[in-house]
Amino acid sequence: MIDVLWLVIALPLVGSTINLFFGKRIGQPLAGWVAFGFVALAWLVALPATFSLIDGSIPVETSYLFTWIPVVGADVALLWDPLSALMTMIVTGIGSLIHLYSIGYMRGDERYPRFFSFMNLFIASMMILVLSANYAMMFIGWELVGLSSYLLISFWFTKPAAAAAGKKAFIVNRIGDWGFLVALMIIFASFGTFDFQTIFASAPVVITVGTATAITLLLFVGAAGKSAQIPLYVWLPDAMEGPTPVSALIHAATMVTAGVFMIARSAVLFEMAPTTGAIVAVVGTLTALVAALIAVSQTDIKKVLAYSTISQLGYMVLAMGVGAYTAGIFHLTTHAFFKALLFLGAGSVIHAMAGDQDMRTMGGLRKKMPITFITMGAGWLALSGVFPFSGFWSKDEILAATFAKGGWYIGLWVIGLLVALLTAFYMTRLFVMTFLGKPRWEDGVHPHESPATMTIPLIILGLFTVSFGLVNTPALVAFEHFLEGSFQYVHHVQGLSMGAIIGLATIALIVAIAGIVWGWLKYHRSELPAEDGKFWRRSRDAFGVDEFYGRTIVEPGKKASEWAADVFDVKVLDGIAHGIGSGTRGFGDVLARLQTGQVRAYAGGVAIAGVLLIIVFLAVGGGF
Amino acid sequence: MPILSILIALPLIGALIVALVPRRRPELVLPIALVVSIPPLVAASYVLWNFAVGDASFQFTEHVVLVESFGISWSLAVDGISLFMVVLTALLFPLSIAASRSITEQVKTYMVLMLILETGVLGVFLSLDLFVFFAFFEIVLIPMYLLISMWGSDNRAYAALKFVLFTAVGSAFLLVSIVALAVITGDQMGTFANFDFRNVLQADLSTTTQYWLFGGFAIAFAIKVPLFPFHTWLPDAHTEAPTAGSVILAGVLLKMGTYGFLRFNLTLFPEATVDFAVPLAILAVIGIVYGAAVAIVQPDIKRLVAYSSVSHMGFVILGIFALTTQGMTGSVVTMISHGLTTGALFLLIGMIYERTHTRRIADYGGLAKIVPIYSGFFLFAVFASAGLPGLSGFVGEFTILIGSYLTLPVLTIIAASGVILAAIYLLWAYERVFTGPVVNPKLEGLRDLGFREVAIMVPLVVLIIGLGVYPKPVFERIEPSVGIILERIEATTGYIVPERGTPEGVVDVHYGQVSESPDHEEEGG
Repeated sequence: MIDVLWLVIALPLVGSTINLFFGKRIGQPLAGWVAFGFVALAWLVALPATFSLIDGSIPVETSYLFTWIPVVGADVALLWDPLSALMTMIVTGIGSLIHLYSIGYMRGDERYPRFFSFMNLFIASMMILVLSANYAMMFIGWELVGLSSYLLISFWFTKPAAAAAGKKAFIVNRIGDWGFLVALMIIFASFGTFDFQTIFASAPVVITVGTATAITLLLFVGAAGKSAQIPLYVWLPDAMEGPTPVSALIHAATMVTAGVFMIARSAVLFEMAPTTGAIVAVVGTLTALVAALIAVSQTDIKKVLAYSTISQLGYMVLAMGVGAYTAGIFHLTTHAFFKALLFLGAGSVIHAMAGDQDMRTMGGLRKKMPITFITMGAGWLALSGVFPFSGFWSKDEILAATFAKGGWYIGLWVIGLLVALLTAFYMTRLFVMTFLGKPRWEDGVHPHESPATMTIPLIILGLFTVSFGLVNTPALVAFEHFLEGSFQYVHHVQGLSMGAIIGLATIALIVAIAGIVWGWLKYHRSELPAEDGKFWRRSRDAFGVDEFYGRTIVEPGKKASEWAADVFDVKVLDGIAHGIGSGTRGFGDVLARLQTGQVRAYAGGVAIAGVLLIIVFLAVGGGF
Repeated sequence: MPILSILIALPLIGALIVALVPRRRPELVLPIALVVSIPPLVAASYVLWNFAVGDASFQFTEHVVLVESFGISWSLAVDGISLFMVVLTALLFPLSIAASRSITEQVKTYMVLMLILETGVLGVFLSLDLFVFFAFFEIVLIPMYLLISMWGSDNRAYAALKFVLFTAVGSAFLLVSIVALAVITGDQMGTFANFDFRNVLQADLSTTTQYWLFGGFAIAFAIKVPLFPFHTWLPDAHTEAPTAGSVILAGVLLKMGTYGFLRFNLTLFPEATVDFAVPLAILAVIGIVYGAAVAIVQPDIKRLVAYSSVSHMGFVILGIFALTTQGMTGSVVTMISHGLTTGALFLLIGMIYERTHTRRIADYGGLAKIVPIYSGFFLFAVFASAGLPGLSGFVGEFTILIGSYLTLPVLTIIAASGVILAAIYLLWAYERVFTGPVVNPKLEGLRDLGFREVAIMVPLVVLIIGLGVYPKPVFERIEPSVGIILERIEATTGYIVPERGTPEGVVDVHYGQVSESPDHEEEGG
């Protein structure tokens, strides 16, 4: 089964190439169907291999394809274990649905085939990341998803904001990649290999806690870039400049979870470094909180969802920090379903509103687009953490695991609950402002339900959103059992008693309902409440973080570059060169002669002499 | 068959053929020049094809004594290091010639000079006799000077002169060092002088002598590379040179410096190498960060790429002086890759310059809408240059960083920040030139790339991807030759090359078999 896994990478790559070169000839909407076909095929190829893991017959397999960089022992090799299988299913499964959705959504765009070429490229890149059997190859995928993300965020590049957002995403991610890269250096220096199996099997013997801490902290810098954590989260809200299916696929369901995936993959190393774990947990929690505080005031429907994604990624990172890997990956999975659903639903709404993204001009869309309304309703309740929707189960597990750590982690648990409250509140705000109440849209806008290619993905994602949480409940731990093979080297934390679990879940549920009620009471009225006051203004500006970075990093950096370019290089270094030149009178003399063309004549003469010399060399030496 | 002599002679014969084109048929010059630039590529490919993999010694050796009393001989050979420099040279010349259609004045002289230049560069990479090497090293200077000063843009006189004077200063040091070395060698052999590399290698040099000679060679090569702070000739020369000049300058001439370090400094003066490694690596890392930082704010796109070369070549020097197998191998790969990616960037800049006659970034904006094919190629080159994995730039720089960390951890961590800066200067430039609305009305209606221009770019694109995805054949050929340099350093100094990072004795139990062979079949459980 593993022998065909390379197809999961190759198929979308082929699709991407076809659309790149022949997309125009294939035309709309066929180009989209071609792209969809290749991703769906990739999913089909991976499906039986996933089932073979579920029955537990083959726990972990690697497949060596070819040697990449021999001198550092970097191979192109695939690792198939429950974690990579799960990610493959998410990426190709949800990826297929979003491709299907895009067939309708992108209809009429001038660069329709190019869009699908980039989308397929993204799937291939993400599969390289997910299936890699070593850190070096993971880094290939890591950077290639960054490329696809860049291409798709700035897809509408004639819009300056879109072009700037793509660039910002890539550069901020590169800051994270620096950390990843340095981690790779230390890994190679310590282990002499990048191979996961070797590293994880030997880590406790080979490296000290100090080295493990250094490696994991640097890996976390990389993860913070990709998974949009403090202080590197600022690129994700801007990334909403990309077409909405891109936001759903890359900036909600899959790519942004790569950081979480990478930490889970490196669980053995993180387990060795409790200091890193604490830092990761704190950063995750603070990210969850800050992003939620910003999400509550956004009026652009996609911006609410973007900050919500950052916030939920914060939960996942918190889970990684407290060693609740299964819980974190579980939330990654459920979030992939309901956040993809919410983004696609938002896309459906934007489509209906003829491109308008401002929720203040929406309202009352319930009757106009019933499928979008119902499916997004499921997403709203899931993200808010209402029983028995999927988000309830996964978020609760993270909070419970944090609580179980005890000590100061209880503080993180409290903040986590506060974030849950805010989440339920801002999602209710979004839902009510969009679908309920009186219509506030302008004349000339005629909202309508989207075509079937768009609603079918919504319905499928809706079903998963409602039900998927049931695969991992205190009563049924199928999901955790499935993932066990991937965390076999990880020391498991002891669980809580059933009573404690139910108690914590009840508290979380009460908090979620409180948030919904709060939001409902505030926004379900005939008039939208005024959102003024200091907090609302600061929150709407995202607390001025972008401006702060501009003042403290970008501007001084540019000034320093300008000084180096205009002063140091030209005045100092060249000045010294000129000084030496005129000091020996050589420079001035030659310059004077240049006027008469003598230098050129001289050079020509030397050239002829040189050529004659070569000919003599050749004649004597070469035997002509 | 003296294939290397033939390889050196072919461009010269080509130059002769071009010179014979009748004056009244200038339109024939470019096609004929292009045709005669193909045989060297064929010959270089022959050498590449027949190169014995895994053999560290010199191959295709030729040796004929020229001047007995001075110990000068016509001594040619390739090893894994020069092999790819030769192939790169033979590849970039036809492409540059094909891209020279905008040259209309004295086109015949131009092509003759280009072909003489090619002979010179090939001679530099193939000569093992230090006297002949120096002769070729100097011959390269003159056609390049003339190319810049006769076909360059506005400020060409200053740029050409600066290029010549900087290089000439280096050459003076080089000449003195070479003569001194030859005399010392000859003295120990009982003759007046000996310039043959293999004899020079046997010379017994005191540490002090090594220091002086190393210094003399190093100054010449550092200027050529160019290593910070000797780089200020580069932006001017690059910017003012015609497209082909910039491509050749960046693509192969700079590599003469790094090649010189590897071939001569490290091989001939191992003790001095070990002692000077850290200071040179420091200059390299300053160059990486400084070159990139200065590139960010350049208003001229060609100057921007020129400064990016300072940064990239800094990586090469860092990898060399880290004195590890990985670092040094990565350096040679980066030399190849930089030739391809920077060559591609300069060719592309030349193509748009022919249409718009401006290199100022501010004059552009929104090009992607007008010339999508051109923009696609440019974006590809941008990411190749920014070190995107899967493309050639990454393979080299990644290997350098991994290898350099083993001996110079702090410097390497600083150097790695170059990847952030590269993304900044490249993507910001791309944003300003290609995206947003079209502001400059002169850009409306620009022609997209034609068949000829696409045909020039495609070989580079294919090689950049090929080297990025499957670089193993290249690594296999470079590594033994690099290994022999390090072996010599180990044999003559107290320095020990870190084999790989594994702390000894601890890990073998666990995975001895894994890192030894690529055969991963058995570790599936």
